[in-house]
Amino acid sequence: MMHKFILASVLAFSATAFAAEGSLQKECASCHNISGPVAQTLKQAFAKKGPDLSYAGNKYRQDWIVSWLQKPTRIRPAGMVYGDHIKHGAKSDEIDPSTLANHKALSTADATAVAAELMQLKPHSDLLAKEKIEPGTITKQDGEMNFDKFWGCMACHLIEPEYGGLSGPELYTAAKRLQPEFIASFIRNPQAWEPKTWMPNKGASDGFIVKMVRYFDVLSKESANAQ
Amino acid sequence: MHNKLFFKLLFTTLLVVSIQAQAKETAADNYKAYCVQCHGMEGNGKGVNIRDMSVQPRDHTDAKAMSGRSDDQLFKVIKEGGTSISKSILMPNWDGVLSDEEIRDMVVHLRTLCKCKFGS
Repeated sequence: MMHKFILASVLAFSATAFAAEGSLQKECASCHNISGPVAQTLKQAFAKKGPDLSYAGNKYRQDWIVSWLQKPTRIRPAGMVYGDHIKHGAKSDEIDPSTLANHKALSTADATAVAAELMQLKPHSDLLAKEKIEPGTITKQDGEMNFDKFWGCMACHLIEPEYGGLSGPELYTAAKRLQPEFIASFIRNPQAWEPKTWMPNKGASDGFIVKMVRYFDVLSKESANAQ
Repeated sequence: MHNKLFFKLLFTTLLVVSIQAQAKETAADNYKAYCVQCHGMEGNGKGVNIRDMSVQPRDHTDAKAMSGRSDDQLFKVIKEGGTSISKSILMPNWDGVLSDEEIRDMVVHLRTLCKCKFGS
């Protein structure tokens, strides 16, 4: 009886893992670049329907992928390519929600299997190895002053659900989603990861980069943003 | 020997030229990718990002304001960012994204949006 149960469990797990492996290449690849290289031209960048996943193992936290895939939410308020999802509004250009598609939700088993597979994709471990994040803290006020006033990042990113720009990914969830070394490396040189990202290389200093990693950590722990 | 060197140089030059040619984007595409988010679909300064900005982006269709900036100033502010001409930090430096040639093309593009020249 016990042997049959174990065998059934192993078979079920294998079947699920196989299905997930298939979906990564078949289903996921219809909207995400899985195999690289990343977009090298604006034409390729404009055609993107979802984030490039060819370096997912260098970018995301595995536990976050597992959880997000089961209950997906929008990270980029104006979609992957904001130009495809805006319209004229009364005061300014506005997001056109009718053009935005929701991400499919996966079962726990499929999300776990997909996340494990994505974490294998690590073409840029060399870039992460260059980043050393010393433990430390920052006040929310100091982080916000740097983010908003000294470096102008709020132009494109939300630091809370109702404050900031809309064309970039929200950052109050960044620390939950992303590996700290990736955050540091991407701020340092976004084009090293995505040559055609909308994000400029601002020539960020080491001090600012570390402050931002710590600031995002503070934001992610705020009870107001716990959702 | 000289022939070999010549062909190697020729090959390298062609390779570099072709990479540069491939890498160069049109000003219209660069505007769509990087500028529209703040300066708007119509270039009127009403981009999707402006709601919480303390300083509003330049209206590129405003001939009066745009004719007050020389081409060199426009080149500088695109390349080095708003603070390089004592303007807002919210306008980033695009030198890590756009080549000098692409920035020069962008200045020409801005002149078509404002339908103006410096001092006109």
